[in-house]
Amino acid sequence: MLKFTDDHEWLNVVDGIATVGITHHAVEQLGDLVFVDLPEVGATLAAADAAATVESVKAASDVYCPLEGEIVEVNDAIRNDPSIVNSDPQGAGWFFKLKLATPAEAEGLMDEGAYLALVG
Amino acid sequence: MRDETATLKQTPLTALNIELGGKMVGFAGYEMPVQFPLGVMKEHLHTREKAGLFDVSHMGQVILRARSGRVEDAALALERLVPVDILGLKPGRQRYALFTDPQGGILDDLMVANRGDHLFVVVNAACKAQDVAHMTAHLSDLCEVTELTDRALIALQGPAAEAALARFAPEVAGMAFMDVRDVTILSADCIVSRSGYSGEDGFEISVPARAAVAVTRALLSDPAVEPVGLGARDSLRLEAGLCLYGNDIDTTTTPVAAALEWAVQKVRRSGGARAGGFPGADVILPEFEQGAARRRVGIAPEGRAPIRAGSALYLSETATEAVGQITSGGFGPTVEAPVAMGYVPRSLSEIGTRLFADLRGKRLPVTVADLPFITPRYKR
Repeated sequence: MLKFTDDHEWLNVVDGIATVGITHHAVEQLGDLVFVDLPEVGATLAAADAAATVESVKAASDVYCPLEGEIVEVNDAIRNDPSIVNSDPQGAGWFFKLKLATPAEAEGLMDEGAYLALVG
Repeated sequence: MRDETATLKQTPLTALNIELGGKMVGFAGYEMPVQFPLGVMKEHLHTREKAGLFDVSHMGQVILRARSGRVEDAALALERLVPVDILGLKPGRQRYALFTDPQGGILDDLMVANRGDHLFVVVNAACKAQDVAHMTAHLSDLCEVTELTDRALIALQGPAAEAALARFAPEVAGMAFMDVRDVTILSADCIVSRSGYSGEDGFEISVPARAAVAVTRALLSDPAVEPVGLGARDSLRLEAGLCLYGNDIDTTTTPVAAALEWAVQKVRRSGGARAGGFPGADVILPEFEQGAARRRVGIAPEGRAPIRAGSALYLSETATEAVGQITSGGFGPTVEAPVAMGYVPRSLSEIGTRLFADLRGKRLPVTVADLPFITPRYKR
């Protein structure tokens, strides 16, 4: 189940675990990333908590936790090479995996069509 | 998006900037491109490798003409507002200057050129109205102060800048760093200086507004030249250790605290033939002997994380009282590392001093570093 937030995060939910990243649109707005700060594995975050930080040459931006849950894995590859987020934001450039506290809440988020209409 | 920029002023190049895919933002009251489709990182690197073209028409261009007709009188008049040797500036030469205030602070930084029979001054966009009022209030007894509102200003920066401009004006190849000349480009009467704000060789070209698009398109027709936005302009100047007014210098920083002693020539310092005579001289001149309490320094963060303006500096990971502050910071695409500038107490300003910067509640190690972060390639 692929879902989107109006903060330009995507999440792919499989068996209650959401893989979370930022959208193509977000990456276009940010430009070339030079640094990514990821959350600690094991951290419990509420929806809309700042979960990660991305830095482009010109500015820092927060990446928010889309739903309440526990961080179970982070993508160390983008820490070492933030440009992966630019080249493949909705694939290899994922940020973290979140074990959702209430998986059903994901159904309330936007689907791809609604998101594309929002940023259109 | 357009609504946000509806009340902003445009430059003679705004429409072309939009046509070139510029991402437009409000800056100092103008609708300006922060980046083009190449993006900040590649625009920065392209400028250092080949040449970048910047619309800096938002900056103020001002003529000071002495009522006597003698440029020396305009120079002496302007010296009442800047701690800089203007009288000694030869025709066809340009120099960096600072407007100071009675407390010794800096009201703006500017470039001053001796154009033979008058002075030509370029000031920051955000300070333009205030600077023109300041000069009018203090210099009108001796000078006419005229803002040139019908000209664009284009910066062409980078190692390929000379060849790109020489296609249209071969004589620019003979100019040295800080030379200023009248140059005809595509039949337009331009004022060209060999200077800039990137740490690279290059030119700033004052063009009549009606010719600005044609000159810009002609320069961009060279495959070595790419349009560059304000984002890369900022990262280029930061790597070059150049101050941004409002960040690194302002009314709370004196020229000595800002490490701009080089901008105050000996003739204006204590013991010089025209010592003092500018606002704040009683504060500024003693600092040349005693030093200022704090000093602007380069700051090299040790990790990969950029540390930005406003971040506080501490003596240790646990110290509760800040000892300094970052005033400009970001990622340096050429040095491939974060770079910053800031103010620290004089006792901590030695290169190699280790400090800690606050980044989102974490303390990250940083080192006081030599400026600039890159080796400038001015054509001396």
